[in-house]
Amino acid sequence: MIDFASFTPISSGLGGVLIGLAALILYAFNGRVMGASGIMGQFIKPAFDAETNLNRRWRGLFLLGTIGGVFVFMFWQGDFPETQMVAQGWLLALAGLLVGFGTGLGSGCTSGHGICGLARLSTRSLVAVISFMLVGFVTTYLIKHVGGL
Amino acid sequence: MQIGISLISGVLFGLGLSISGMLNPQKVQGFLDIAGAWDPSLAFVMGGGLAVNLAGIMLMKKRETPFLAQVFHMPTSKVIDKRLIMGAVLFGAGWALAGLCPGPAIASLAMLTPDVGLFFLCMVAGLLIAQRV
Repeated sequence: MIDFASFTPISSGLGGVLIGLAALILYAFNGRVMGASGIMGQFIKPAFDAETNLNRRWRGLFLLGTIGGVFVFMFWQGDFPETQMVAQGWLLALAGLLVGFGTGLGSGCTSGHGICGLARLSTRSLVAVISFMLVGFVTTYLIKHVGGL
Repeated sequence: MQIGISLISGVLFGLGLSISGMLNPQKVQGFLDIAGAWDPSLAFVMGGGLAVNLAGIMLMKKRETPFLAQVFHMPTSKVIDKRLIMGAVLFGAGWALAGLCPGPAIASLAMLTPDVGLFFLCMVAGLLIAQRV
């Protein structure tokens, strides 16, 4: 059953278009993939050679901009976007570890594989997206309808 | 110049995430919960982002270099290996548990709540561990 009360096709589609534009300008001007996990991972990587250090600048500014974008929304709308956590405590910590480790190992997340990789018609990204979506559906089913976490 | 583009790209990304509703873990879970009250919004976020990016990349096809940089720094690997699949599987499980993926986790630092802070720090730890294996 579709939950029409929560469904927001227009704002979600519009937000998606902005995310696509963000990825496109980074590709078109700088020749870079807009992948949140990749940019974060390289930014915090404990390596200090000239290239990593130089690239740390644009990566840091991208990350700052990402946080800044939420403030732009806040000044425009008068309030921060709605956030309702679904996990707390050790479960949230475990989820964070899994998200970091998984995206690091699999070289990408929803933005890198999902928005950028698929647009470049990458088979690796397609396999990654299908895998994390399927596991996401199954895990959610177990949480919501079997385990009741 | 390239630095400016990175900043603008980040702002568009954070703003787009905010407008799309993807900073809300409950909404992400609503998409993943296909057996419950299903909220298809996330598909519209991916669809919108993909459509714009795909069209733009098609238009750029003839260019050998980006507008400001010397080369396209695109991933070259083509192998579907255990790392890729195991990584995506573990990420999918964590994503479903918390309703947060890396982009929204970074953007949400704007509203630094203890929950977001905890998730973010554990995510950073996970990324660092993955660099060692």
